Amino acid sequence: MAAELRVLRQKIRAVQSTQKITRAYELIATSRLPKAQQRMAASRPYAEEITRALTELATVSTLDHPLLVARPEPKRAAVLVVTSDKGMCGAYNSSVLKRAEELQSLLREQGKTPVLYVIGRKGMTYYSFRNRELAGSWFGVSDQPDYATAAEAGSALVESFMSEEGVDEVHVVYTEFKSMLTQSPVAKQVAPLEVEYEEEPTAARTSYEFEPEAEQLLGALLPKYINTRLFSALLEAAASELASRQRAMKAATDNANDLLRDYSRQANAARQAQITQEISEIVGGANALAAAGSDE
Amino acid sequence: MAEMSVELVAVERRLWSGQATMVLARTIEGEIGILPRHIPLLGQLVDGHAVEIRTTDGETVRAAVHGGFISISERGVSILAESAELADEIDVDAARAGLDSDDESERTRAAGQLRAAGQTV
Repeated sequence: MAAELRVLRQKIRAVQSTQKITRAYELIATSRLPKAQQRMAASRPYAEEITRALTELATVSTLDHPLLVARPEPKRAAVLVVTSDKGMCGAYNSSVLKRAEELQSLLREQGKTPVLYVIGRKGMTYYSFRNRELAGSWFGVSDQPDYATAAEAGSALVESFMSEEGVDEVHVVYTEFKSMLTQSPVAKQVAPLEVEYEEEPTAARTSYEFEPEAEQLLGALLPKYINTRLFSALLEAAASELASRQRAMKAATDNANDLLRDYSRQANAARQAQITQEISEIVGGANALAAAGSDE
Repeated sequence: MAEMSVELVAVERRLWSGQATMVLARTIEGEIGILPRHIPLLGQLVDGHAVEIRTTDGETVRAAVHGGFISISERGVSILAESAELADEIDVDAARAGLDSDDESERTRAAGQLRAAGQTV
């Protein structure tokens, strides 16, 4: 009986200390989430402006830049997977990695060899555990991404795309932040960029001047555009990571509360049983003694 | 007096937006001064130089712009930058120290910051 009580008290202490950790994670995620959402909103003006500039450029330029033209026989496809650095965020990493595996098997079916690039420690350990080669990896920024990382990854990908030996397609797999409650892993193609032609130009366009020439400008602007796309993917992934961490940790904290209630009930019952047993032993012993004394 | 709307946007945030009478910048092909009703233009800016915006209030907004583009349309002027700092955010001493850096992009960045802060390089 005493052993059972001791075990229960140990369990209660263990659950309590775990709960402290999960609660701390929950609070941190809750406090960082609004900032992540603000950063998503703050990066939007630039993305809109650069898209507009590219659209203007695309209407006059011949659009034969390598980043815009699909290769006739794509052999190798780069896949950039955006994962988190830390765990404690529920199914966030496993679902994005699952989506990445789906994309890779699809690419293999199409006869392309996937080349892996990973952002985030969790993805790196996942692939290194499976002995899969990584062409490039970055980590250390998953919940507060900076543009430098996006630019670094972007230039590595563009470089590989532009070189003879490199990849013919670039895909990115990340978690899209739809709302606080829904985040879903998505796979998007970043290069070659898909060009959407406008059906009818809405109004007579004024012709633009370009400094330097349009082709050269396109060459300078496109890699930056890709960096912007990657950066916004990183920002969305960060917000999704925080949202799913907050949810997972809230569930864990609530569950710890339930466990604590159950365990303390059991512990109280065990303690009461022990006391009852001790009393009945004493009473039984006293009665036995009294009975033995009256016989004499 | 004629005026135009100007936006200065970096990747991570919008630095400045408002009405201005003139914008000065340096594209790859040379210094450019933009007055209202300028012909539409798209240009790549040189790193290590400052962009100057003369506002309608008579103030001057200067910013160091790195990896920048300028786009002028009927709607106004927008300056896009990979990274940018307004003059009053720049740490002049740190930028001075950056001039002696081994990294070339670090040096051009520092030069741009000093120019934006109104220092001579």
